[in-house]
Amino acid sequence: MGRITLDKVTKSFGDVNVIPPLDLTINDGEFVVFVGPSGCGKSTLLRLIAGLEDVTSGQIRIDGEDATNLPPAKRKLAMVFQSYALYPHMSVRKNIAFPMKMAGVDEAEQKKRIEAAAKALNLTDYLDRRPGQLSGGQRQRVAIGRAIVREPSAFLFDEPLSNLDAALRVNMRLEISELHNQLETTMIYVTHDQVEAMTMADKIVVLRAGHIEQVGSPLELYRAPRNKFVAGFIGSPKMNFIEGAVAQQHGAETIGIRPEHITASETDGMWSGKVGVAEHLGSDTFLHVHDSGLAETITVRVNGEFSLRHGDTVYLTPEMDKVHKFDAQGLRFE
Amino acid sequence: MATQHSRSAARLMMAPAVILLLGWMLVPLTMTLYFSFKKYLPMRGGDLGWVGFENYIRFVTSSSFWPSVVTTLTIVGGVLLITVVLGIFLAILLNQPMWGQGIVRILVIAPFFVMPTVSALVWKNMFMDPNYGLLSYLWEFFGAQPVEWLSKASMTSIITIVSWQWLPFATLILLTAIQSLDSEQLEAAEMDGASAPKRFAYITLPHLGRAITVVILIQTIFLLSIFAEIFVTTGGAFGTKTLSYLIFQRVLESQNVGLGSAGGVYAIILANIVAIFLMRIVGKNLDA
Repeated sequence: MGRITLDKVTKSFGDVNVIPPLDLTINDGEFVVFVGPSGCGKSTLLRLIAGLEDVTSGQIRIDGEDATNLPPAKRKLAMVFQSYALYPHMSVRKNIAFPMKMAGVDEAEQKKRIEAAAKALNLTDYLDRRPGQLSGGQRQRVAIGRAIVREPSAFLFDEPLSNLDAALRVNMRLEISELHNQLETTMIYVTHDQVEAMTMADKIVVLRAGHIEQVGSPLELYRAPRNKFVAGFIGSPKMNFIEGAVAQQHGAETIGIRPEHITASETDGMWSGKVGVAEHLGSDTFLHVHDSGLAETITVRVNGEFSLRHGDTVYLTPEMDKVHKFDAQGLRFE
Repeated sequence: MATQHSRSAARLMMAPAVILLLGWMLVPLTMTLYFSFKKYLPMRGGDLGWVGFENYIRFVTSSSFWPSVVTTLTIVGGVLLITVVLGIFLAILLNQPMWGQGIVRILVIAPFFVMPTVSALVWKNMFMDPNYGLLSYLWEFFGAQPVEWLSKASMTSIITIVSWQWLPFATLILLTAIQSLDSEQLEAAEMDGASAPKRFAYITLPHLGRAITVVILIQTIFLLSIFAEIFVTTGGAFGTKTLSYLIFQRVLESQNVGLGSAGGVYAIILANIVAIFLMRIVGKNLDA
C-alpha cells in the first residue's frame, strides 16, 4: 500500500514561506511527477514527505495514518537522491544490504533480496565493487537497488537522472518506468525536465513558487492547461503566446498556439514572417520565425524536409481548433 | 613542460633547492654516523679515535635505554589517542551551525600558535603548580589534597600538555574532513533506518578514515622528537625521559658526542619501526 495524503501542509524557513497551504492526494500505485522550474519548492515538498524536513503546519498521512511527526525511517518510504548518496567505503553488496542490516533482517533473507535486486537491475557482476568503480548509470541502479530491497510502500526520486548524459537518461527513464510497471508501487518523482514528466507520469503535479498550478495526466495538461504558466511549461518546444489585435479577434487577452499546430508554407497562409534560425533534428525542423508582427519569435514545427533558409519569407496558418485562449489573469477559457 | 628545452630548464631551476635539501639531510646524517663510531669527548680530550660498535653497545645496555623507549612510545600513543578521540568529538561539535562559529573556531586553533616552551611553562606554573596552580585551587575547593602533578603524575601531566598543543591540529584536519561529507549520504542513511550513533559509526567514521590517518602519521613524526615540554617541566626526571631526551643528556650533560650519536642512530631505527607499523595499520586508508 502507498496512499499519501497531504492536508494543508505548509513549510517556512524562517520568514520565508516556501510552501503555502497545499493539499494533494497520491493514490496507491501511481507514478506521480512533481515538475516545475528550479526553486519552485518541488524538492522541499518531497523532503517533507520523506520526513527529512519538518512541516511547519498541516498533516501528512501515509495509508491513512498520521505520519507528520514520524521519523523518516518509520515512514516505510525509500528515497533515491540526486547525488545517489551511495556509501563510498562499502561494496555494492553492502550498500544494498545497509537498510536491511539496519532493520535487522536475517542474513539469508538479505542475501535472497540482494540477489533478486541485482538480477533485476543488471548488477550481479558488480556486487563486490565499490561505488567509485562504477559508471553513473550503474551507480544510479545501485541507489535504486538499495531502495527496492526495503520493500517500501512508496519510492521517492529526487531528480535522479540529472547527473547522467542524455543517452543514458533516456535509457534510465525507460528502466524506471519498467520498474514501476513490475513493482506497481507508488512512486513520486521530482524533476525540472518536462520531457521526463510527460514520458513517465501517470499524474503530473505542476508547481510554481510552492503553489500547485495544475494536477492531471500528461495529455490532460497538454490539451487543456489551466493557465499560461502550465501551457508554457508543458510541451516542447514551448507554446507561442500572441497578444494584441490578433488575440482580441479571438476575444482573448492572449492566445497560445503550439509549434506543432501551425502549418508553414512557402506560398500562402494567414500570417507571414522571415525565417531566422532553423534547427534541424532530422525528422522535424523547428523554424524560428521573426517579423511576423505577432510576437518577437514564433516557433513552428515543420517536416524535416522543409527547405526554407535563413531570411526567406514563410507563411503560417494555425489550426484554429488547437488555439488556446487566455484571459487577463492568464487563465485559460473555452 | 613539453619540449626538451623546457624540461632541462626546469631541472636547472630546481637543482639549487634539491641540492640544498639533500645537503641539509645528508651532512647531519653522515656526521652522526661518523661520530657514533668515535670516542669523542669535547671537554675531556676531544677526539680519542675510533672505537667500533662500543658506543652502540653502551647505549643500548644502559639502564635508561629501554625505559626511554617505553616512555617515548607511551607519550606518542597517549597523545594520539587523546587528540584523535577528542578531535573527532570537537570537529563534530564545531561543524554544527551555531552563533559565533568563526570566533569559536579561531579560539580552538589558538593553542597551536603557542610555542611548546611557552605552553609547557604556562601549564607548569599556572595550572600544575601544587601551591598556586589553578588545578590545586580547584582540588582545594572540593576539599581534596592538591596533586603534585609533575612529580607524582608526571606522565599524565606531560601527555596532557602535549595533547593540549596538538588537539587543535587534529580538530582542524578532522573538521575540514567532516565538512566534505556529503549531507545526502547522512540523509540516505537516516532514511535507511540508521540511528544517530549508527550513522556516525557507518558513515561519518569511515569518511574520516583518511583524515585520521593523516593526523596520526603527521603527529607521530613530531611527537617522537618532543623535547621542550620535557626540558621545561620535569627535566627528564620522574620517568619522563624519552629517547630524544636521553640523547640530549648523553651529548650535552655527559659531554659524550659519540655515545649520543649512537643513540641518534637508534632513534632513526625506532622511528622507522613505528612508521612501518603505522603504515601497516592505517596506511591502506590513504589509497584512493
